[in-house]
Amino acid sequence: MLDLINVSKTFFPGTLNEKKALNSINLHLDAGDFVTIIGSNGAGKSTLFNAIAGAFFIDSGAILLDKKNITMDADYKRAYDIGRLMQDPLKGTAPSMTIEENLALAYTRKAHKSLFAINRRDSEYFRKLLARLDLGLENRMKTKVGNLSGGQRQAITLLMCTISLPKLLLLDEHTAALDPAAAQKILKITRDMVAESKITTMMITHDIRSALAVGNRTIMMDEGEIILDIKGEVRSKMTIEELLTYYSRERKKQLTDDRILLA
Amino acid sequence: MTLLIGSMQLGLLYAIMALGIYITFRILNLPDLTVDGSFSLGMACAAVVTISGHPFLALFIAISAGALAGLTTGLLHTKLSIHPILAGILVMTGLYTVNLALMGGKANLSLVGSKTIFSAIESMTASPGGMGKTLLALLICIIVIAILAVSFKTRCGLAIRATGDNEEMVRLSSINANVSKCIGLSMGNACVALSGALICQYQMFSDVGSGSGMVIIGLASVIIGETVLGKHSVTTGLISAAFGSILYRIILAFALKIDMFPAYALKLISAVIVIAALSGPYIKASIQQNKIRREVNNYLANK
Repeated sequence: MLDLINVSKTFFPGTLNEKKALNSINLHLDAGDFVTIIGSNGAGKSTLFNAIAGAFFIDSGAILLDKKNITMDADYKRAYDIGRLMQDPLKGTAPSMTIEENLALAYTRKAHKSLFAINRRDSEYFRKLLARLDLGLENRMKTKVGNLSGGQRQAITLLMCTISLPKLLLLDEHTAALDPAAAQKILKITRDMVAESKITTMMITHDIRSALAVGNRTIMMDEGEIILDIKGEVRSKMTIEELLTYYSRERKKQLTDDRILLA
Repeated sequence: MTLLIGSMQLGLLYAIMALGIYITFRILNLPDLTVDGSFSLGMACAAVVTISGHPFLALFIAISAGALAGLTTGLLHTKLSIHPILAGILVMTGLYTVNLALMGGKANLSLVGSKTIFSAIESMTASPGGMGKTLLALLICIIVIAILAVSFKTRCGLAIRATGDNEEMVRLSSINANVSKCIGLSMGNACVALSGALICQYQMFSDVGSGSGMVIIGLASVIIGETVLGKHSVTTGLISAAFGSILYRIILAFALKIDMFPAYALKLISAVIVIAALSGPYIKASIQQNKIRREVNNYLANK
């Protein structure tokens, strides 16, 4: 579904601050894969997502989505087939618009042609989707999103990302800014949604336990490279301790992330 | 009474400009300074076409010219990534020359003797009290509000609103935010130019300098409207902007009538209104904070 071929990106080239953010990344994702990504601070996890989503153009290499070359496509064009969820729950929604209007905007790319953004058919569809979140939001469609909690906003953003059934879903630590209960809830909704819609998904997380428990494949990144890529039996037998030992043996240093969760 | 009717008429005609300002400043969240130029542009276009004997066509030409001016600002901002304020100032400055050229190099142009939409309605209704003019202004204002209110409910309109609210989210939804910005700026400036054209036909003259300070007058109207009617949805926002414009003209007329201010104080008053409205929330918060500070000090002193 997704192919990264020799993807490289260097920030501030030729200066003292030169940083090789992505170093010849090669990655192939099959349709329906759910990949979790872990790594220390500055490993290049978010940079990888930015490269795929088109926040910047890469220096060399190619990005193929469903065999289509998207390397030089503008970010909003790629967004047609790529859903992206940020860590900050404020980023994915328009606060002064209602829940219904936010969903209608996200649905625009795949909706039936209609003059008015809010119409009965779409509203029924949105209501059904909201009801499945089990947050009671289906009765608050006319509420402004700015009046909702971070968890509720993130749930709506998740819905907005998946409403148009993208080919690829990018989740960038999307539960990190939420309180533990909300984070659990959002993670559960994510798993259910991905399992049901079978969207190919990549999820960055700092929670190593959920990195191994969620999805079918785990990637570890460091200094712009993929240093571990496990799935199947190897992955199911992998423990957190083994993962950390592997990291320190491989890179001759400790896995450092001020927010990393080991338990 | 004459004073009130006169202010109502002016208020309704300037209301269309306030609607334009509402679109760019409030909905699109872009401080667009093209307005000063596009107002005069609407005037200049309307003057030339009205003199040639087509008062209705004049309005449509003004609308298209205004939209083009807005589009230019939009393209400078989105395609050449010039800061929106600077892009607006650049277009406004350039338009000064364009407006002079349109009016044949003259700084002002008189429409006396030409047929305007107002003289047409006067002769049709044959009402000397200016009732026809007021109703015509009201009708135009209602039509423009209705068109805008409906267009902001369409998919494109929703995208423009979302662009002003959270541009990143619009991009993530696979919508080109640059296009939304350009359309919004065109709509806003088309309204402003239409207002200029109407004022030109109303006053029977066009002046190249009459656009200066229009941004602030429009913004003052929007703020007054929001203070009185509140801000809920886009439709109420549009109505309150128009209402604010009428109120602004009435307040102004009475302030001038009782000789509180000389006539040339108009723009300073507008500026003060905007400053007061913008700084209001901050001043309120500071007063609140000072109160808490005093209470804490008292508490510690009594302990």
